[in-house]
Amino acid sequence: MSFVFYLLAALTVAGAFAAMLLKNTVHCALALTVAFAGLALLFLNLDAQFAGFAQILVYIGAVAILVVFAILLTRGSETPRDGVFSRTWFVGLLIAAGVFATLSWAVLQSVRVLPHETAVPTVTVLQIGNALVGRFVLPLEIVALLLTAATIGAVIVAMHEKEGQQ
Amino acid sequence: MTPLASYLLVAALLFSIGLAGALTRRNAILVLIGIELMLNAANLNLIAFWRYGPHPELLTGMMFAIFSIAVAAAEAAVGLGLVIQIYRHAHTTDLDAMNRMKG
Repeated sequence: MSFVFYLLAALTVAGAFAAMLLKNTVHCALALTVAFAGLALLFLNLDAQFAGFAQILVYIGAVAILVVFAILLTRGSETPRDGVFSRTWFVGLLIAAGVFATLSWAVLQSVRVLPHETAVPTVTVLQIGNALVGRFVLPLEIVALLLTAATIGAVIVAMHEKEGQQ
Repeated sequence: MTPLASYLLVAALLFSIGLAGALTRRNAILVLIGIELMLNAANLNLIAFWRYGPHPELLTGMMFAIFSIAVAAAEAAVGLGLVIQIYRHAHTTDLDAMNRMKG
């Protein structure tokens, strides 16, 4: 594996660790942005340019900003008095460690049968567009419906209800 | 170690970090951040399998990842809207304090 991969993987994992460990919630959001950027660069490293730029646009451009808005609207930047981790943090950590051990064991067991094509795929945006409105047109329509429903739902859920009004 | 196995291990580590965060943090927004990290780890798996698997020209894994990104964006919007509404109602985002089903 190349030096670039190790650099990007270290950046992404460090960002994810910081996002889950830091005390200040705003710092967590910034660390999350670093992790998302590292993932986008990993996608670019995998020759998936379209997915990489979609990741930058959607995650860094929209989700990270939404998270920051939510933190500021809920005064979540104040560090709570009784710690940032829940009472049952040990059980959660144990479950996560077990999941990681299982996943990495499965990967390491199947190293020999994993495919490893060496040819670099050349995919143009034209091909992606054709696939989206051809073979994948039904999922595209469903995603369009889902995004409309989610937009309306998010607005209705977060709408401020006045006193005495339903 | 093949390239695909390294990407899968990185994705497994990211997934576990996200899972640990979602299970251990008190703040509801950080639980959502953990879930986003888990979704991103799955996307990394899909893209890595697309890149190193046979027939990348069919774009299956890439399309799966793109649709997954769209669904994750919708999930983040609705989830954060719910957190803001709960905060208005209970004046806290601490999950340990949210122990009542009835408002």
